[in-house]
Parts: sequence; structure tokens; C-alpha cells
Amino acid sequence: MPNPTRIEINCTTGEESIIELTDAEVAEMTYAAELAAERKAEEDAAAEALAALKASAKAKLVAGQPLTAEEADTLVL
Amino acid sequence: MANTYTLIASSTAGSGGATDFTFSSIPNTYTDLVLEFSVRTDYTSTFDGCLLRINGDTGANYTIRNVRGNGSGATSASGSGVTNLFVGSIPGVNATSSTFQNAAIYFPNYAGSSNKSLSIDSVSENNNTTAYALLAAALWSSTSAINTLKLYPEVGTVFVQYSTAYLYGVNNA
Repeated sequence: MPNPTRIEINCTTGEESIIELTDAEVAEMTYAAELAAERKAEEDAAAEALAALKASAKAKLVAGQPLTAEEADTLVL
Repeated sequence: MANTYTLIASSTAGSGGATDFTFSSIPNTYTDLVLEFSVRTDYTSTFDGCLLRINGDTGANYTIRNVRGNGSGATSASGSGVTNLFVGSIPGVNATSSTFQNAAIYFPNYAGSSNKSLSIDSVSENNNTTAYALLAAALWSSTSAINTLKLYPEVGTVFVQYSTAYLYGVNNA
């Protein structure tokens, strides 16, 4: 299976080149993507946790129940 | 006030997609640059990130501050000393089919000798579900003229077929 290709356009000559990545470039890209995927997963998990805290805080406010400090933090503007 | 927009170059990804769009050897004969693009990635998720690198600079020479809305809330974020610029969210494999990120980046005085500021606006549709809108101000700390712009997905391998990018030169006089 061939490696993926990139597109480079020389803006002076107008020439467009479709260039197959080298194995080293593929490895570097894969490593960067793995790091990015891990970072995105952490960000998504943090966002989900915050949303859950907000929902819990709202439910407790409506029910007249005391909030935890973490829940109260989500309401402070 | 801009009075001319000249298409410098454009490209569309073919059936195999493209890992990046790179505009190289950009002439320094314009006042400003505008990069407009419409892209989607092969990342197996709803959204990927879209990244920009200038002149191949992988150093921590970029700064960005943005506001971002997703249809139900808004956030603000900043990055200082980062190694690339986040220029919006791209629909991935799990997003509504045929939806793309649409964005424009403006580079004033790109050939000057001061640090380069730029503005970014981007939207990524997902057919009436979560859809990100981003406005950002960014800085590339370099006195070099901008001569290369590389646009690439953060996690996905390629921009999928029919993704497009256009580079315009703007003359103010």
C-alpha cells in the first residue's frame, strides 16, 4: 500500500506537486497524531466532567439541595 | 482598504486525499494574503483540529487567543509559545457526511520585517448538531517574510477528497 501523499503548490511557478510521504515522514506524522489524539481525549474527558458537574449543580439548585465546592465553582462567573 | 484580490494558487484533494496543502515560494509582491479553505478529514471522530505552520517553523514561535462557540456554550482559550496554530475544527468520519470546515485567515503585511499578526475565522458544520465557530487573533514571532503556508489535520492522516484551499494576494494601493 503506498504512503499517503501531500500537495505542494509552488506559488511562483504555479506548479502543483503531489508527493508521496517517505516512511520516516509517515512515522513522524503517526507519532504526532497519537500525541494529539491523547491530548484531545484528555480535553474531551475534562469537558464531559465539567458538563456533568454543571448538570449536577443545576439539579441540586432546583431541588434546593446544598452544592459541593466543585459544583459551586461551575456557577461562579 | 483592499481594492484587489488576486488568486495566487489553489488546490483540491483528489481521491486519495492529501496529508496537507502547502503553498510554497509565495511572492512578496502583495500587501496582504488571504488563505481560504474548505476541508474534512479521515479522523474517526466527529471533529479533528486544523493546524497551520508558517515557513516550516516548528519552534515555539506562535501565540494565539480565541473565542469558540459550539452551539450551546462558548469558551475562550490562549496559547503562548506553541509550535503551530490551531485554526479551527474539521468534521471527521463521524460528522454528518459531506460537511466541511470553512475558514479564512488574513495575513496583513506578510512580507514586512515586523512580527506577523493574523486573524482567523472558521466554522465547521455538523448539520444542526454541535458546530464549532472560532474567531482568533494570532501572532507568528518572526521578522521573515511569509513564503510558505502549510495547512494540515491535527490527528487525521489526510484531508479527504474535494477538500480545497485557495491563496489570494491583496493589494491595498
